[in-house]
Amino acid sequence: MLIRFWGTRGSLPIALTARQVEAKIAQALLAASGRHFDDIAAAAKFAAELPFPIAGTFGGHSSCVEIELTEPDGGSHDYILCDLGSGARPFGGSVLARQGAATPNVFHVFMSHLHWDHIMGFPLFAPAYIPGNLIRIYGCHRTLEEAFRAQHGAPSFPVDFSQLGARIEFVTLEPDVEVTIAGLKVLPKEQIHAGGSYGFRFEHDGKTFVYSTDSEHKLDDPDVTDGFIDFFRDADLVAFDAMYSFAEAISVKEDWGHSSNVVGVELCQLANARRLALFHHEPIHDDARIATIEAETRRFEEITRVDAPRLDVFAAYDGLEVRL
Amino acid sequence: MSQPPMDLSPRRIGDVIVLGPVGRIDHLNADDFRAAVEPHLAHCEAGGASLLFDLSALEYISSSGLRVLMVAAKQSKPRGGRIAVAAPHPVVAEVLEISRFNLVFPVHATVADAVQALAAG
Repeated sequence: MLIRFWGTRGSLPIALTARQVEAKIAQALLAASGRHFDDIAAAAKFAAELPFPIAGTFGGHSSCVEIELTEPDGGSHDYILCDLGSGARPFGGSVLARQGAATPNVFHVFMSHLHWDHIMGFPLFAPAYIPGNLIRIYGCHRTLEEAFRAQHGAPSFPVDFSQLGARIEFVTLEPDVEVTIAGLKVLPKEQIHAGGSYGFRFEHDGKTFVYSTDSEHKLDDPDVTDGFIDFFRDADLVAFDAMYSFAEAISVKEDWGHSSNVVGVELCQLANARRLALFHHEPIHDDARIATIEAETRRFEEITRVDAPRLDVFAAYDGLEVRL
Repeated sequence: MSQPPMDLSPRRIGDVIVLGPVGRIDHLNADDFRAAVEPHLAHCEAGGASLLFDLSALEYISSSGLRVLMVAAKQSKPRGGRIAVAAPHPVVAEVLEISRFNLVFPVHATVADAVQALAAG
């Protein structure tokens, strides 16, 4: 199972500003002080060794994560996605770049919820315009189809939903009821978020991926906490809503529907999960800030680890691939 | 068999009630911690006592435990009550910093510093 992150930003897509790019270049030049590069390859090798916040970026697309069970071989393929935030646009582009428009594919999409940042990529999802493709959108909200149709047409978008070329189906799932889809065992779980959100536990061939975004943890009911520990149990990777600091999440941003790095580590430790991907990054955080949060979260994991294997903690970024 | 209530060894320094949790507070015993704190909240109001948590004997506090402190502060604030923490063990101090708890909750290096700050109003 390969997990590919196409969009990791929370609430609203962002992009680096010219000033932020300049600052990265300045830091890179400072780091390169006194060095000479004979060609672009030598410079690229140096760049690859720079700290990630200087040479790279966590990116700005909103939520979209791909689960790849088998590598596409050029023929028709079953693609699996979580959410259709703006990251769905580059994902769709990559499918067309690889296979062209003539190959019909099936896209299975699991929707955590229907807030705008999680559906906004669909109007620019190129495979939706191509006859022969089948897009099956799964979710636990009764308003699943209504939400997609509402954003896809006047006055919000020039192309009406009815003009899409692909066959599009909506499938309602029930929380706590496991189903098998495209060879993947899928368990939805209700989470705390305005309007409701659902996490998904995916299992295939002995590997488990948990996608749990837009999920507030109140910590006031041990039974509820135990329910999430079971949901995360022995997962190979948990993508976790770590948008706020813990203090923010229980004070000024209480009831805003998001969680923190601290709670992510605690739940994963209690669940004996192996990897924790900090996900749904706060849009006002720049790369340096997210890298700091990542380092602090690793330290938090270290000081709170008790007689347990290390939990591998990292901040997810657009383009990251994790093989389970 | 029910567990004995969590002992916070309450003591009074002037108008400050000092509570001293010991060991670990995590999601398993956070509710016991809440129950042990609750009786003292009634005294935490304007013109009454302030509440100070002496963390010097606390080895670890999880998010569930920190939430108990935050809820206590929220409950007492409308009544003019004041709550602070003091003397955290280095590991607990790191937890307070990483969680940014220290930005929304008064954290003092020593009990004496905290008592002085609470007395100053």
